[in-house]
Amino acid sequence: MKKLNELLPHLFRLEYSKMTAVLCRHFGLQHIETAEDIASETFLKATETWGVNGIPENPTAWLYTVAKNKTKDHLKRLSIFETRIKGNIQPEAAHTEPDFDFTQQTIADSQLAMIFAVCNPANSTEAQICLALQILCGFSVEEIANAFLTGKETVKKRLLRARASLRNDNFQIKQLTEDAIRSRLDTVLRTLYLLFNEGYFSRSGDHLVRKDLCSEAIRLTLILVENPLTNTTKANALLALMCFQSSRLDARADDAGDAILFEQQDKTLWSKELIEKGNYYFVNACSGNDLSKYHLEAGIAYWHAAPANKNKWAHILELYNQLILLEYSPMTALNRTFAFAKVYGNESAIVEAEKLGLEEINYYHSLLGYLYAGIDTGKAIAHYTTAIRLTRSPSEKKTLAKEIERLVQKNGPPPL
Amino acid sequence: MKEFLLIFRLSSVPTSSPSPEQMQERMNWLASVAAQNKLADKGNRLAYANAKTVKPGDIVTDGPFTEIKEFITGYMVVKTATIEEAVELAKANPILKMGGSVEVRTILTPDEKA
Repeated sequence: MKKLNELLPHLFRLEYSKMTAVLCRHFGLQHIETAEDIASETFLKATETWGVNGIPENPTAWLYTVAKNKTKDHLKRLSIFETRIKGNIQPEAAHTEPDFDFTQQTIADSQLAMIFAVCNPANSTEAQICLALQILCGFSVEEIANAFLTGKETVKKRLLRARASLRNDNFQIKQLTEDAIRSRLDTVLRTLYLLFNEGYFSRSGDHLVRKDLCSEAIRLTLILVENPLTNTTKANALLALMCFQSSRLDARADDAGDAILFEQQDKTLWSKELIEKGNYYFVNACSGNDLSKYHLEAGIAYWHAAPANKNKWAHILELYNQLILLEYSPMTALNRTFAFAKVYGNESAIVEAEKLGLEEINYYHSLLGYLYAGIDTGKAIAHYTTAIRLTRSPSEKKTLAKEIERLVQKNGPPPL
Repeated sequence: MKEFLLIFRLSSVPTSSPSPEQMQERMNWLASVAAQNKLADKGNRLAYANAKTVKPGDIVTDGPFTEIKEFITGYMVVKTATIEEAVELAKANPILKMGGSVEVRTILTPDEKA
């Protein structure tokens, strides 16, 4: 029984969204609820049947056969309703053999179309990611709320609005048109980028939740790269970025789930395989003249993952310089200053940092704390203390408190 | 936020092209303005050669060199709350080390009076 309890959630996560995507492509997006009902009923039946008869030899094939039969039943009922009750004969609804299959190709095509359907530029960013998590990744409302550290009601509200726009969008999911790709690819990439970041820099302390979000983002981006229609240099750059960053996932948290700072990470825990994959997609990304923020961020991540090199930080600073010129964000400004410190020393970087005036942001203070550490212990501790007050992440608070403790032990208590 | 035009000038044409260190310094300065979220327009550098001045009476002369002691090497637009802030940004520009100057001008919106 224990095996079943492990297998079903796993299969659900893996297959539910694929099944829904194929069914949606068949029924149209207006009937997404029908598609989800059939997928849910399929898994319900699996729970009942497998509990009594044991797990079938090929559980995935079993699921898809049941889903297909349930679709046939649904269409049959629909046709009876149309012909006998409503009284109008519709030849199309009369033949009940669904014209689709759960082949690898159909699943891949359906998922790709579904990604584009979900990524509607009209949705707000938060709603967008919630919707992607629910429909593309099969996350429950509770799991989404967990990942965002928000209430279930908030997530439900966001989903309600986003799903209404999904149904009423008239998006053609049957055939992904070049027009749809042109107008939505940027939104798609942005959503996947945010989805990944939500995992990588998650507010949730749960290491498993974070890894899940990251691997889902990679899985979806891989769908884009594997299809010639969407295999652009930008998509490759994004995938390379995700691979480089993910290579450090296991080294970033200790057994207690506390964050480990970059410089203290055990580099043998970095995944070589993911770094190599990252290199592969990065080369693909750089084969054109495109230079997007994904290219620049992938470049930065490449240098972080690369073996020691005396010019490493100069390269990273150069990339951050380009990135900040392309798109301002407070995080980029702060990260750039960190790289600046590595190249020009902490004292010049303090001058740069204090120009930023990002008083409300915890990273601003943890950066200044770090920069002042060897120069002015009192100021360093004051900034770390402000950072602890501003951050909402418990593991961040712990890491910063440890730094203060280290400074106090080295230099004695701060003069107050 | 108001916008200010920075006009960069030099008094002589540099004899050699900028060193990698000089390029890096310029880039760092530009990125530092952007990092403060005060960059409105990266602007452009202007070529020394291939310049003409057009005057009334169908007179076209080569370059601005003959009459202006300091010629313009480039321009950009920053956005800051006050002109003092814009001046602070300009003070850090590496062109000052080469004996050049930066002119800071307030950009008017259409309904403002000069």
